[in-house]
Amino acid sequence: MFQVRFHGRGGQGVVTAAELLASAAFSEGRHAQAFPSFGSERMGAPVMSFCRIDDQPIRTHEPVTEPDALIIQDPTLLHQAELFAGLGRDGYMLVNSTKGFAELGLGDFAKDFHQDRLLVVPASSLALTHLGRPLPGAALLGGFAALTWAVSLDSVLAAINDKFSGPVADGNAEAARAAFGFVRDEREALIREAQIREELSDA
Amino acid sequence: MLKQVEGSRAVAEAVAMCRPQVICAYPITPQTHIVEALSAMVKDETLDAEFLNVESEFAAMSVAIGASAAGARAYTATASQGLLYMSEAVWNAAGLGLPIVMTVANRAIGAPINIWNDHSDAMSQRDAGWLQLYAETNQEALDLHIQAFRIAEELSVPVMVCMDGFLLTHASERVDLPAPSQVDAFLPRYEPRQVLDPDEPVSIGAMVGPEAFTEVRYLAYAQMRQALDVIGAAAADFSTQFGRDSGGLVRPYRTGDAEIVVVALGSVLGTVKDAVDELRADGTRVGVLGINTYRPFPADAVREALGGARHVVVLERALAPGSGGIVTADIRAALDPQPRRISTVIAGLGGRAVTRKSLRALLAKAGELEPLTFLDLDTGLVDRELARMRAARRSGPSPENMLRDLGITASRIG
Repeated sequence: MFQVRFHGRGGQGVVTAAELLASAAFSEGRHAQAFPSFGSERMGAPVMSFCRIDDQPIRTHEPVTEPDALIIQDPTLLHQAELFAGLGRDGYMLVNSTKGFAELGLGDFAKDFHQDRLLVVPASSLALTHLGRPLPGAALLGGFAALTWAVSLDSVLAAINDKFSGPVADGNAEAARAAFGFVRDEREALIREAQIREELSDA
Repeated sequence: MLKQVEGSRAVAEAVAMCRPQVICAYPITPQTHIVEALSAMVKDETLDAEFLNVESEFAAMSVAIGASAAGARAYTATASQGLLYMSEAVWNAAGLGLPIVMTVANRAIGAPINIWNDHSDAMSQRDAGWLQLYAETNQEALDLHIQAFRIAEELSVPVMVCMDGFLLTHASERVDLPAPSQVDAFLPRYEPRQVLDPDEPVSIGAMVGPEAFTEVRYLAYAQMRQALDVIGAAAADFSTQFGRDSGGLVRPYRTGDAEIVVVALGSVLGTVKDAVDELRADGTRVGVLGINTYRPFPADAVREALGGARHVVVLERALAPGSGGIVTADIRAALDPQPRRISTVIAGLGGRAVTRKSLRALLAKAGELEPLTFLDLDTGLVDRELARMRAARRSGPSPENMLRDLGITASRIG
């Protein structure tokens, strides 16, 4: 089972993003479950949502406490102590930001993880460019597909087109594609860097 | 057709396929998405029904009563305080023998105000004379609504379909949505047993004095006994026609050789099954019994399903403060006079997550269980409040004191 926790703020589409991911997994014939953190929804308040993906039916209905991946829709939440709770050292994290982890004050934190599994993507900027609104959900899912390969970009795009229509679907799909390309390139560069470092240390 | 949808949407689609003629509702979290979806279907004319926005839950049930008495298939949905607010009409609907179907999106009851899930609302109406069916998954919630109309109308008794608020209503899961033609084949046209017809006037709901009230109530009891067979038959027919098992009276899981059996209702069953699989792998002989039909209480089916289990752990999502476990009392009565150990575990109140980890730890030490346990109780928090109450007469409101103690100031909305 692959478990994802989304952190964002009310109004950013945190719940929709989890549902889109579930829908993407569903389109691949997999079982998926998405649900919100069940708070009183308020604009701007911290909100969580969850998504589980599995090859067999998912029976549990508890919140995701040991995520395989975190998607942080709003970097202003990064100071919350419980944000990273339960994320294992092999975990993935994608943060919506134009800044790197060092600049976000997470340099030391990131050191403990696989370098190619913790990435930032300027999802709000991409959404603004392609959608005209700073709603980062679709872009983050595109980036998530490139980061984890838990679902394919095509499935993310199918989920977007299933949920939205017209210019909103097109804009979200473009943002997702752009974020996918961004994260894929970043990740490949990080993997290359790591290989070079390893070769140098071997020599 | 397989679809990945929110539970509320799945239920709305199922209800629409049952072709209700009157839908009336007053919005209350976490039920609202269901009636919102239905109202949209009525608006865009994909559903031919009368949708009434009423001024309260009392009015919602009253309208459902009127509609049903006039011969219409009537549906409404509510939760929590909404169910309490309509309570008088809820009892009337049952007393009048009107086959209304109502979704209860289970939620806690205040005070303190709490919008999250537990079973306090439905449990408070367990003896109102309605059938109560509990859904384990969104698939089952969907399927139970289709069965509910058939059962209700066959018996002329109202049916409550209980589904966990948020945990199911707001969860997107894979569901198999039937074709409308399948539902039409399963659910016959509504033939009312009694109907208000100006051409053949009758009065419904007349006063009945001591000369016949006991007999009227006896009939309600007898009908509930009869309902056990009707529910079983509906589930069997459903299984044949739709190719999956949903509903029925009880659902055992790995109980065959179980020494310990956990009894539960609703969506927590999935989490319990995961915990049980882990315990089984460690060699603990533990099983699960899901109660799908809580009213009428299927005592015989429960007794049979619990077989030789020597320890029954009843996991309850509601609390009777003056006595303890509500379902436990039914289980105890069903098993009497067989001597065996019965423990009550109160879990998941007001949205507290019931986790596999906690359940596993609890069941691994089932032998040490007290007669009544609160799962994951923060005893420190309780003790500190008790100390404050001992220290000063005017110690203030406990819920607020406890939130302050946790470092959470009372929710400030706005």
